[in-house]
Amino acid sequence: MKYMLLIQSASNPEELDAATAADGSTFSDWVSYDRTIRDSGVHVSGESLADLTTATTVRVSPSGERLITDGPFAETREVLGGYYVIDVPDLDVALDWAARCPGARGGGSVVVRPVANFDA
Amino acid sequence: MPGEDASTGGGPTSSVASSVEAVFREERGLLLAALVRRFGDLDLAEEVTSEAIEAALVHWPVDGVPARPGAWLLTTARRRAVDRLRRDRSAAVRLALLQAEAERAPAVPPPDVAGDLPDERLQLFFTCAHPALSAEDRTALTLRCLAGLGTPEVARAFLVPPATMAQRIVRAKRKIREARIPFRTPGPDELPDRLPGVLQVVYSVFTEGYAASAGTDLQRADLAEEAIRLARLLRRLLPTQREVAGLLALLLLIHARRDARTGPHGELVLLDDQDRGRWDRAMIEEGRALVRVALTGGPPGVYAVQAAIAALHDEAADVATTDWPQVVALYDVLYALAPSPVVALNRAVAVAMRDGPEAGIALLDELAGEARLRGHHPYHVARAELLRRMGRLPEAARAYRRALELAGTEPERAHLRRVLAALSPPGISG
Repeated sequence: MKYMLLIQSASNPEELDAATAADGSTFSDWVSYDRTIRDSGVHVSGESLADLTTATTVRVSPSGERLITDGPFAETREVLGGYYVIDVPDLDVALDWAARCPGARGGGSVVVRPVANFDA
Repeated sequence: MPGEDASTGGGPTSSVASSVEAVFREERGLLLAALVRRFGDLDLAEEVTSEAIEAALVHWPVDGVPARPGAWLLTTARRRAVDRLRRDRSAAVRLALLQAEAERAPAVPPPDVAGDLPDERLQLFFTCAHPALSAEDRTALTLRCLAGLGTPEVARAFLVPPATMAQRIVRAKRKIREARIPFRTPGPDELPDRLPGVLQVVYSVFTEGYAASAGTDLQRADLAEEAIRLARLLRRLLPTQREVAGLLALLLLIHARRDARTGPHGELVLLDDQDRGRWDRAMIEEGRALVRVALTGGPPGVYAVQAAIAALHDEAADVATTDWPQVVALYDVLYALAPSPVVALNRAVAVAMRDGPEAGIALLDELAGEARLRGHHPYHVARAELLRRMGRLPEAARAYRRALELAGTEPERAHLRRVLAALSPPGISG
């Protein structure tokens, strides 16, 4: 069963309490998590996303007109920073990988969503 | 589910029907858990459980009740499940997989010596109380799958229309299936994280029954008794977990006072005024023995400490001779384990009993800024009570009126109106 782990980081780190802010992940935490998840055989895919300031939004109107806008900017409390897709037996295993992800700490969160399976 | 209404028919089959009901009530959870384990599908398990009951209603009046009714129901339900999966083309692959898994799996464990069905209910407890489900869904699923209540009964328990509850249960089961929430008992390393969730479900069933949050009945004893049944079951399934003993102890020690808690006209009677002769002594003794288990062999958990407090009340002849210093000390322990404004409120009341109302009021005033207490009527009742004892009657009346605005059940409101009326002499309004 495939699950996507959507890694959300806090968009306003300055609003965090001191203990949470100090619990943030380091680069070496990420390197080590990434190596573990790839070596474990559950890894399907995963990318980290460039900064939100580089994002562009596209909408197409009913008449076919393209509407291109800068952003979105961080209006919400959390911003998608990257994802993993993993293939594991059940939700408990997926939640376990999410809990070990450095992105779940320091005010961030990881949303776990099953990947829809239209063949079932 | 047609099977659930089977006992209402009467007539020549009624004795068999009621025996089916008894089996159903006793063993529905066992049957369901065993089928869920075998087929990994809660919907399928529920459907074939009902079908097996219906089959029993047809066959047992003719052939007699089998020697091992639970095993008969399980075999029947299993056959129905396999038939359904065969008919369903998309499930054929899954059935093949299940069969392959069953062949790989070690031999079937010997059935529970006490009954004729293996007991797989612990897994079902953990699935129903899975943290990936909402709190309401956990309680609803637990009542349905483990207490064996039908959807209309669960809906009544939560004072929502049956259609609303049916939708909620469908949605929760869909999440279990589609997000693949597993049917498994957490390992020893996960248990400290997962057990509190299961205990919380049972406790919330109890509190819902003990003090209905809305409506005209003060307590719905049937829900409180369901919670005690569930806690007893958990205690059997997890005999070494001391917090399970603590939870069961707490429920018994509170429920022991049920008869004294309401007056002849259904009105609320507070702990101070209860006729302690009407407390259930046997239940108190059972609870006290469990408190000792829960407090022995390591640092106590939150249920053990609350049970110990309840035991101190149950052991005292009256309010005056209650061991208030010990109650305060236990609230200190509880606050260290689980700090919350509600625990601080209860501690303040105990301090008032130990040191006098002035000391209690000082602590309550410190809590006045707590958002969670502002709309919590027991806070205002406690303040009103202490102010009354100090002779500050206009302030007491104001606090009682605030509590009256917030109280949920009619008996509680009636009680507050009586106290308020006694406070102000006729003709004078405060």
